[in-house]
Amino acid sequence: MKFAVIVFPGSNCDRDMYFAVKDQLGAEADLVWYKEANLANYDGILLPGGFSYGDYLRSGAIASTSDVITQIREAAEAGKPVLGVCNGFQILLEMGLLPGAMLPNEKLKFMCHFETLTVENADTMFTRQYKEKEKIQIPIAHGDGNYFCDEETLQKLQNNKQIVFTYDQNPNGSVGDIAGITNEHGNVLGMMPHPERAVEALLGHDDGLRLFESILTHWREHHAINA
Amino acid sequence: MPSMLEISPEQIEEQRIFREMGLKDDEYASIRSILGRRPNYTETGLFSVMWSEHCSYKNSKPLLKKFPTEGAHVLQGPGEGAGIIDIGDDQAVVFKIESHNHPSAVEPYQGAATGVGGILRDVFSMGARPIALLNSLRFGSLQQPRVKYLFEEVVRGIAGYGNCVGVPTVGGEVQFDDAYNGNPLVNAMCVGLIDHKDIQKGIAAGIGNTVMYVGAKTGRDGIHGATFASEELSEESEEKRPSVQVGDPFMEKLLIEACLDVIQHDALVGIQDMGAAGLTSSASEMASKAGTGMTMNLDYIPQREENMTAYEMMLSESQERMLLVVEKGREEEIARVFRKYNLEAVAVGEVTDTKRFRLEHHGEVVADVPVDSLAEDAPVYHQPSRIPAYYEEFQKMEDYIPEITDYRETLVNLLKQPTIASKEWVYDQYDSMVQTNTVVTPGSDAAVLRVRGTKKALAMTTDCNSRYLYVDPEVGGKIAVAEAARNIVCSGGRPLGITDGLNFGSPENPEIFWQMEKSVDGMSEACRLLETPVIGGNVSLYNESFGGQAIYPTPIVGMVGLIDDVQHITRSHARSAGDLIYVIGETQAEFGGSELQGMLEGKHFGKAPSIDLNTEYNRQKQLLTAIRAGLVVSAHDVSEGGLSVALAEKLFEKEFGCEVTLEGEPVTALFAESQSRFIVTVAPEQKRAFEQSVTDARLIGTVTENGVYRIKQEGVVLEEKTSVLKEAWKGAIGCLLKSKV
Amino acid sequence: MRKVKIHITLKEGVLDPQGKAVHNSLQSLEYSNVQDVRVGKYMEVMVEDSDNLEAEIDRMCDQLLANPVIENYSYTIEEAG
Repeated sequence: MKFAVIVFPGSNCDRDMYFAVKDQLGAEADLVWYKEANLANYDGILLPGGFSYGDYLRSGAIASTSDVITQIREAAEAGKPVLGVCNGFQILLEMGLLPGAMLPNEKLKFMCHFETLTVENADTMFTRQYKEKEKIQIPIAHGDGNYFCDEETLQKLQNNKQIVFTYDQNPNGSVGDIAGITNEHGNVLGMMPHPERAVEALLGHDDGLRLFESILTHWREHHAINA
Repeated sequence: MPSMLEISPEQIEEQRIFREMGLKDDEYASIRSILGRRPNYTETGLFSVMWSEHCSYKNSKPLLKKFPTEGAHVLQGPGEGAGIIDIGDDQAVVFKIESHNHPSAVEPYQGAATGVGGILRDVFSMGARPIALLNSLRFGSLQQPRVKYLFEEVVRGIAGYGNCVGVPTVGGEVQFDDAYNGNPLVNAMCVGLIDHKDIQKGIAAGIGNTVMYVGAKTGRDGIHGATFASEELSEESEEKRPSVQVGDPFMEKLLIEACLDVIQHDALVGIQDMGAAGLTSSASEMASKAGTGMTMNLDYIPQREENMTAYEMMLSESQERMLLVVEKGREEEIARVFRKYNLEAVAVGEVTDTKRFRLEHHGEVVADVPVDSLAEDAPVYHQPSRIPAYYEEFQKMEDYIPEITDYRETLVNLLKQPTIASKEWVYDQYDSMVQTNTVVTPGSDAAVLRVRGTKKALAMTTDCNSRYLYVDPEVGGKIAVAEAARNIVCSGGRPLGITDGLNFGSPENPEIFWQMEKSVDGMSEACRLLETPVIGGNVSLYNESFGGQAIYPTPIVGMVGLIDDVQHITRSHARSAGDLIYVIGETQAEFGGSELQGMLEGKHFGKAPSIDLNTEYNRQKQLLTAIRAGLVVSAHDVSEGGLSVALAEKLFEKEFGCEVTLEGEPVTALFAESQSRFIVTVAPEQKRAFEQSVTDARLIGTVTENGVYRIKQEGVVLEEKTSVLKEAWKGAIGCLLKSKV
Repeated sequence: MRKVKIHITLKEGVLDPQGKAVHNSLQSLEYSNVQDVRVGKYMEVMVEDSDNLEAEIDRMCDQLLANPVIENYSYTIEEAG
């Protein structure tokens, strides 16, 4: 399985994502500059955190209009796993691949620390290595992580089990304590917490590694069936 | 032609316009004699910024010479963008600290943000990837609305810039004292990692080579920033707002990546950032260092505003700009590297053999001066110094020992002092984890980052207790270096070297100059004995506010240490109940400049705590040996607030309790700030080995499960739930900010 | 050349933490008559005139300048000097 880590101008967790996949997961990965991308050659798409285009206008807004976006949309439609973390999540929202929008944190401050998350749905290609309702430690680092959607959308997210992670102690004001959601099909995950920062015990916790392992296991099984 | 409208050389002399630019009469006279004619307006501007204290160190040079700057592992000492120290495996660590005090006092968000941007450029212009940021901040009393505003905005500015560029802000310190009411200090430190082969220099070598400009366009912002930084703050400073630069961290992020790409290109000859004094200093310093000259055509400088004059372009301090020298004929290869990041690299001049700095604009020569005269020939002042009356008085005083009846209450109040209280309110706003190397996040003695792909790690800290320096600058200077080294050692590292951020009042005041001299003497001695050479730094003078009130002498020590094996990484927090608690070092009735003295008396006086550097060195060595042998579970230095505070801080993370017995006079045992002390926890099975290894260690008690902090002391008992102490400590800064005065 | 002045505001019902903070500050400065504050964005776009300028501005706003999930926009078009 080969991952593409998409690098936008201003991405800054691209290398972290790359190292997590390459060194800790042991999968193949490339850093792919947004202008030079040919995503047909990749099996999974990772949109890293950072401040693409300085987060000017709105977080993720300008990146969501760049050339590579069409290819990301195609990959998502083809059923490939697409993971957007932090700024990557914001881009997925701005692209409309995931419903809702991101507002500034309720307390209007950037915050960076570990949060306890609950795995609300362990039956996705991103979470199958977790147990349902399992508590995991994953750090957040964001200023605009206050997830917003209207009542109707929230109801839909709940009904379809699209809410994958919630915060135990909502740090930013997100609707429904939402930390991460998938699309209806379940192959696009957006989350504010950074799983790629929690893949080594040396750096605090390694609860995030199983998210990447889930993608890999899913792909292998799927691939074996197809073969 | 703009030059027609310009003030004439005669007018500059007759109306002494040079004074408005910050030049003194004799400095002007010396420029006139160097040139053999009157300098024109642009030339006067060039000299005024290059001869400012900020660029020339004209008042501090004689003192800076005292610092030891050499050591077996030093690859680059002072003089380049940042110093470099070897860490083995053909890798090196690059670091520097720089102040942005004056801009932050006037416009705190942008002042702090651009301070971070500037220090980053100093490090990546050496060819290093910036891996960590630290900040050393000083503010006045949080009771004052203006101070609250400065504090909140400075923190927000650091966060806004550092978080965006993707370099983790991992540590530093924040202290509060009335001495900084009118003049906050904002010193930013950057640490970078580099392979030896990638080390760059800011030189303009190779006659005929091309000078290229890259990054943000030049606007009128920050004109005379360097001279602004060399003046006392006045009522007018507020009006100088246009002089404050605005930062663009997105542009900086692009520059970092592009510059790290371009250093791999063999067409690159030299690279330097445009920091203080912008184009003038970067260009003239690059030529001067290479022994060459330079000609630039200002028509080619990318400009953000219309009708900019040569003077404005040369003095602009617009941010996020770099100057490169590249091999002639290969400009396009370099430009291509930058184009990937939507950055334009423009040829603006060439390297000459004339040793002159020559500028053309609109077809006219607008400046032509010897390049060394700008970079090298600034006057050096040996300012007179005088022992201040306050110091003589302090030295004659009887030892001050506070009278205390309620030990518990005193401890709680100390924990609430903003200097001691948890800085979580601050560091939670910083991305401390990006780049995924941060092993020890903010809140321990030093931050620790692993070096990816090796067993090594780097420990880093900034320290300076300026109260000690105020009561006794020489002793305080020693303590500042020693304390930084203690923090490195407690983390399991061997101190490698320091960068210093020297913040003082006006050097033209003999008593301030005396503080400078003595501080540097003390620091130099400590650096020599603790084997931590000074590899670079920054001087910020004239830190005085409205009433001529100078800040406390604040020479901040930024130190980096090497941890050979990540296994040796040690934190300050106790990890298991049942572990033994040891104190290393003796406690004496030393309260001069202490937190307790400040809290009770509202001022600092008397003698600073004494320090014996040989004892310090030996103790640090013993402790480090014990840590590396795996005998120590946690280690913390004893600083502000004394043993009772250090002990409490050790227990907070897991809300352990302790059962401790102390000897000697209670107030001293609990709160004195004697130096060279550590508090460590040791697993019971390592008791013998540890006691044999660290000979000055004394067993004082154990870590307990029950969450009760309990100290027995000559029949007195200080007892409180750890959670209650933690609450006081943790919430104090947030409370102070919310409270309306 | 036309100057388009675009105002972008949060939709009603979307929590506006910035507006709330400003509101609180105004109240603490004793402007007790302030009932509510909403913080928005203002942009000036210089654009060449065309027959379907309004339609084009609408597209710009929908596509990039505003996020229709949370934001409303309005604009005026002026003669640029």
